[in-house]
Amino acid sequence: MKLRNWILAAAAAVVALPLAAGSARAYELTIPSMDYRTGPYAPNGIPFANGWTDYFTMLNERDGGINGVKIKMVPCETAYNTKKGVECYEKTKKAGSGALVYQPLSTGITYQLIPKASVDKIPIHSMGYGRTSAANGKVFKWVFNFPATYWSQASALVKYIGEKEGGMDKLKGKKIHLVYHNSAYGKEPIRTLEKLSEKHGFAFKALAVDHPGQEQKATWLKIRRDKPDWILLWGWGVMNQVAIKEAVSIRFPMDRFIGVWWSGSENDVKPSGMAAKGYLSGAFHQPGKNFQAHRDILKYLYDAGKAPHPDFKDRVGEVLYNRGLVAAMWNSEAIRNAMKIHGTKEITGAMMRDGLEALDVDEARLKELGLGGFTIPVKITCANHEGPGIVAVQQWDGKKWSIVSKFYEPDMAVIQPLIDEDSMKYAKENNITPRTC
Amino acid sequence: MLYRESGLFKTSYAADQVIFPIPQDRWGILAILAIAFVGVPLIMDDYWANAVFIPFLIYSLAALGLNILTGYCGQLSLGTGGFLAVGGYSSYKLMTSFPELDMLLVLGGAGATTALVGLLFGLPCLRIKGFYLVVATLAAQFFIIWLFYKVPWFYNYNATGQISVVPREALGFLVTTQRADPVVRYLFVLSIVVVFALAAKNMVRGRFGRMWMAIRDMDIAAELIGIRPYMMKLTAFAVSSFYIGVAGALIFAVWLGAAESGETYGIDESFLVLFMIIVGGLGSVLGSFLGAAFIVLMPIGLKNLLVDGFGMTAVLAKHIEITAFGVLIIFFLIVEPHGLARLWQIIKEKLRLWPYPH
Repeated sequence: MKLRNWILAAAAAVVALPLAAGSARAYELTIPSMDYRTGPYAPNGIPFANGWTDYFTMLNERDGGINGVKIKMVPCETAYNTKKGVECYEKTKKAGSGALVYQPLSTGITYQLIPKASVDKIPIHSMGYGRTSAANGKVFKWVFNFPATYWSQASALVKYIGEKEGGMDKLKGKKIHLVYHNSAYGKEPIRTLEKLSEKHGFAFKALAVDHPGQEQKATWLKIRRDKPDWILLWGWGVMNQVAIKEAVSIRFPMDRFIGVWWSGSENDVKPSGMAAKGYLSGAFHQPGKNFQAHRDILKYLYDAGKAPHPDFKDRVGEVLYNRGLVAAMWNSEAIRNAMKIHGTKEITGAMMRDGLEALDVDEARLKELGLGGFTIPVKITCANHEGPGIVAVQQWDGKKWSIVSKFYEPDMAVIQPLIDEDSMKYAKENNITPRTC
Repeated sequence: MLYRESGLFKTSYAADQVIFPIPQDRWGILAILAIAFVGVPLIMDDYWANAVFIPFLIYSLAALGLNILTGYCGQLSLGTGGFLAVGGYSSYKLMTSFPELDMLLVLGGAGATTALVGLLFGLPCLRIKGFYLVVATLAAQFFIIWLFYKVPWFYNYNATGQISVVPREALGFLVTTQRADPVVRYLFVLSIVVVFALAAKNMVRGRFGRMWMAIRDMDIAAELIGIRPYMMKLTAFAVSSFYIGVAGALIFAVWLGAAESGETYGIDESFLVLFMIIVGGLGSVLGSFLGAAFIVLMPIGLKNLLVDGFGMTAVLAKHIEITAFGVLIIFFLIVEPHGLARLWQIIKEKLRLWPYPH
C-alpha cells in the first residue's frame, strides 16, 4: 500500500510539473543549451557546453546581462541522440520567455530542427556543422551556419595539402583518404572531395566508421595496405581518439593526417600523448586563454565561485571550450543587434533571426569584446548565411594546439554550384519560394 | 462486485464471439478511447505530441508487430530496427516519387514493402530456430542499415544520406512536417494505432492466431494436427513486418521529420522494442501498449521529475535516469516475469473476488 501511494504521488507530480513550469516571470533572454555530457560523445560535448554556458554567464556576472537584460540558460541533455534532441527542443522552446536561438551541436539534430525553425520562428545557428546548403539564406531563412561550412573546409584542407605538396598541380596522382563517421555529419564533405579529386586529379577514397567509432581496426588495415599520402578525418567523440591512436600504431606520419575542426581538440590527442605530435586539424579561432574574455571568465566565474561547473577551471581555453565561447560571443552580438534593430529589450526568436542576419563582427569589435585576434571577422547577409568561409590549419605540438597556417579561401567555383543544387532541391521538395535578396 | 462474469448469459454465437465479453471491459475500452480521442487533444501541444503521445503510440504499434512474431508465433527477432528502416525509407521513396499519393496509401505501401522484406528474411525460419533465428534476423538488421547507407537511390542522392519529410496530406489534412497541427498528427497516429490494434486483437483470437500459438507452444505437435508450420511462420513474419513497417514510416514522416538509417533505426531500436514486449508481456496486445508506455514514458517522466521537480542538473538526472531505468526493468522482471500485462490479469482476478476474497 505504502509503495503504491508513493508511486501514485510520483506519477501525479510528473504529470503536473510541465504544467506548473509555464508560470509567468519577468523577461529574460532565454538561451537553451543542448548539452551532451553523457555517452560516447561526452568528451567533446562537455567542453563546448561549458564554453557556451560560461560566456553567457560571464556576461550576466560582469555586465548584468546584455544591455541590462539578464540571460537565462536552459540546459537539456541530448546525449547526441536525435530522438532525445527532439524532446529537448520541444521542452525548451517555450521555457522562460521563449527560446531565442538553438545551437544543437549535432548535425543529426540540426536536420530535425531545420523544418521546425521556420514554423516556431526560432533561428538555428549550426556553427560550422549541420546542413551545408543552409549557407543559401534565400532558401534557409531561419538557419545560419557561419563562419564556414564543411564543404568550404574540405576545400581549404585540400588547398593546404596542395601547398605542402608544392602546388595544386602536384596533387595529381596523390592518394587522399577520408575516414568519416558514418552519419550525415561524416558524409557531408564526400561530394565536395569527389569534385575536387576530379578537378585536381588526386585519388580519393572514403572509409566509413560506424557509431560510436571504438572499433576501427578494419579501416586502418585498409589504410596500411593502400598507403595514402594524406588522411582526412571527419570524426566526433570517442572516434577521434581511437583514430589517432590507430594512426600512431601504423606509424602514419602525423603531419599528413588532418582532422576536421571537430576532430582537433585536447581530448582527441591527449590519449596518444607525444605520439600524436604533428597532428593537424581545421580551425577558425585561436586555442588558449590569453584573451581578456577568458581572464574575465576566470575572474567573475571561477574565482568568484559562480561557475556552473567549477571543476573545469584548468581546462578553460581548450579548443572546444573556445569553440563554445566563440559561438556564444556571436550569438550575444546578434542579441545586441536584434535589440538595436527592433528598439526593444524584450526580443523574440524572430527578432533574433534579424539580429543574426545583420551580424557584423569585425576585428575592431572583437577587440572591444576582449577577443582581439581570437577569430575571423564575420559578416552575414540575407543571401549568405555562411559568412567568410575561410579556414586555417592548427597543429598539436605534444602540449598545446596552435594555428600554423594562413586562412584559406574555399574554392567557391566548385562549392557554390553544389550549394545551389542542394538548396534548390530542398526548396522544391518543400514548396519554398526562395527570397530575393 | 463491480467487475464480474456471473450473471452474464450468452444466448447467441455472436454474443459468445464478442471481442470483450465482460461489459465492464467494453465500457473501460470505450472510456479510454473517448479520453484518447476527445480528452487528450484538449491538452495537446507540440511538447505533448512530439515528446510523449506520438512516440508512445508509434512504439506501441512496433511492439504490437514484434509481439505477433515473437509473442504469438514464438519466432525471436532482433531485426526490428531494420524493418522499421524499411518502412521509413519506403515511405520516403513513395512520398517523393508519387507526390499526389495520400498519406494513408503511403503508409500502406510502406507496410506492404516491409512485409515483403520480412517474408524474404523469414524464409530461413523453417530451418533455423531459437538463437540461430536471432542471429539471422540480426544479420537482417545490419544488412538493411548498411544498404540504406550504401545505395544513394534510397535517399534520393542527398549529399548526406539524410532523408527529410515533405508535406503530405491524409484525407485532406496535413499530417507531416512541422506545419501540421499537433492535434491532427496525434489523431492521425492514434486512429491508425487503434485500427491496427483492433485488427491484431481479432487476428490473434481467430484462426491465424490460434495456429501461430500452436506453432509457438510446440511446432511438431502443431504440424501433426495439420498446421503447416512454414506457412504460418511466414504469415507471422509478413503481418509482423507490415505493422513494424507502418510504425517505421510514422517514426520518419510524422514524428521525427528526418531520419538516417543507422541513427534512427539502429540496433538500439531492435533491443528497445524487444524490451517493450518483454516488460509489457509476451503474447498480449495490452502488453505491447504497457511495455511501450513503460520504455518510452518512464525516462521522460523521471527526467521531468528530477530536473524540474528536484532541481537537479541535467547531467546528474541523466545518470540517475540510466541507472533507475535498468533497476526498474530488473525489478519488474523479478516481481512479474510475465510482464505488466500479467499484473493486469492478476488485478482482474482480484477484482472478480472483491470484496470477499475468501
